[in-house]
Amino acid sequence: MQRLSAESVTLAYEQRVIARDLSVEIPDNSFTVIVGPNACGKSTLLRALSRMLKPTEGRVLLDGQTIHSMPAKKVARTLGLLPQSSIAPDGITVADLVARGRYPHQGLLRQWSPEDERIVQESMAATGVAELGERYVDELSGGQRQRVWIAMALAQQTPLLLLDEPTTFLDIQHQIDVLDLCAELHETQGRTLVAVLHDLNHAARYATHLIAVRDGEIVAEGPPSEVVTAELVEKVFGLRCQVIDDPETGTPLVVPAARAARRPQEPAAVQQV
Amino acid sequence: MSTTIRTAPAEGGRALAKGVRAIRTPGGLSVRVEPRAAAAGVLLTLVTLAAGVLLIGSGDFDIPPDQVVATLLGHGDAAQEFIVHDLRLPRALVAVLVGGALGLGGAVFQSITRNPLGSPDLIGFGPGATVGALTVIVLLHGDAAATSAGAVAGGLLTGALIYLLAWKRGVHGFRLVLIGIGTAAMLTAVIHYLVTKADLVDATRATLWMTGSLDGRDWAQFWPLLIASVVLVPLILAFGRPLRMLEMGDDAAYALGVRVERTRSVLMVAAVLLVSLATAAAGPIAFVSLSAPQLARRLTRSPGPNLAAGALMGAALLLVADWTASNAFGERQLPVGVVTGVVGGVYLLWLLVAERRAGRI
Repeated sequence: MQRLSAESVTLAYEQRVIARDLSVEIPDNSFTVIVGPNACGKSTLLRALSRMLKPTEGRVLLDGQTIHSMPAKKVARTLGLLPQSSIAPDGITVADLVARGRYPHQGLLRQWSPEDERIVQESMAATGVAELGERYVDELSGGQRQRVWIAMALAQQTPLLLLDEPTTFLDIQHQIDVLDLCAELHETQGRTLVAVLHDLNHAARYATHLIAVRDGEIVAEGPPSEVVTAELVEKVFGLRCQVIDDPETGTPLVVPAARAARRPQEPAAVQQV
Repeated sequence: MSTTIRTAPAEGGRALAKGVRAIRTPGGLSVRVEPRAAAAGVLLTLVTLAAGVLLIGSGDFDIPPDQVVATLLGHGDAAQEFIVHDLRLPRALVAVLVGGALGLGGAVFQSITRNPLGSPDLIGFGPGATVGALTVIVLLHGDAAATSAGAVAGGLLTGALIYLLAWKRGVHGFRLVLIGIGTAAMLTAVIHYLVTKADLVDATRATLWMTGSLDGRDWAQFWPLLIASVVLVPLILAFGRPLRMLEMGDDAAYALGVRVERTRSVLMVAAVLLVSLATAAAGPIAFVSLSAPQLARRLTRSPGPNLAAGALMGAALLLVADWTASNAFGERQLPVGVVTGVVGGVYLLWLLVAERRAGRI
């Protein structure tokens, strides 16, 4: 039994059902990446796993308990989440923002313990933002800002950390930077990471466990080297491609077929353009 | 018991923001203190006290400040005793509580809506209380107490209405502001309708009530307001920490273990109650809840809702405005709402220009 799992959940926004009877287990100590085309339900699944969306049927289990009936702060000490978009309050400094990650460990009369201080410093050091402590978050570049938000999630000190598209809006260098950081956290601190990623090649390179989702269903899951095949990519993304070995890492690398080779297969896609 | 006060160590990165200190006891308790915010609080308290003494001292029968203090401490003569304790002290205390309630209510709503324009008087709760009060004055010909009850009921009903209209999988800032402003516009139409429908006596009463005034406020207004404040103010302050987290967005707050909807609804109900009670006691005093939290923020330079500072700033502002209204215009005393209206209107213009420059509207 893994620490985090979903048991035949039905996920819906009001009347619109995104996924029906979906079950998934997040392997402990894995770097799990969820991939799939736009609107396939991958972010919705992550929202359900992080208890932001309550399943209409089924349940999400954290350490054997239904996550929605657990005290909010207790969950927040076990399971962290980096949302897709957060708002940095006006005039807040990096140190102040990272310190807010300690909230679930604090109380009205326990607002700033020596432990809080140590962990905030460690989190800032681990994400390489220690030097920025007194800078205002508004002044930072997109890449730096994302590191600060990750530092805040780290300061929460949760064994499980969920990241919703952590590389969106970043340029390629910062995307790799953030993914390296995630891999490092996974390897050195032994945390279980679950991320939703857009880029299949990034997923294949960094994930230890891949979950491919399409139309609210899990199509395949397992180590990227076993899961990422030309058939699967075509099935999940509707894209003809070759899968070759990444010359750098030996992980699967998806190379889309040339336009000419794809044309007869996709008359609908051509019309849309 | 030894209490340690420490700043973050200098070596490496600082874990506490600049200027923030932690006070710790051996028992493992700790409190975050922002010296600048604390100093601002002390300053605002002193301004409030000084303005209070001046306000109590001025009127048809002037009393010098030192004698005001002496009388308050129980060393005045019989005449001073009567003037201070029965006439002017309750008015000053009502001003403190009303100003504090408006400042605190404004800070809560500006934080919830994440928008400096999201203050209760602009997003409908103030006008709602006014409609309630005018309904009692014009249609039911009720007395002062009934008018106050009408104001509270009007404020709460409007609060519930706006909350329901703005609800869509939770209440979100910008939608709340837009729906609130729309509701305020409709309520203003109702206010005008009620005034035109009233006979001359009622219309005069209504107009006077709407300007917002502290004239003739006595212990009868003070006690209900005090009881409400004793309950609601600590409640709101206790929710200040989750409210800080909410400013980062609902998702981020959820992730940190904040019970988002519960926090928001408790704070909204408490703030609407407080603002409605303040409006019931003194009429809709313009712009205090809009400007006090923003001025407080600039004084403390602290991110976050600045609840306590907002409340203190509201109290100080209203006392200073009331003193100005009664003294700065010669023989003719003005209702305090005129002064706050003029000052606040200028501030609102400045705020709109600043927000536009920052590209937020």
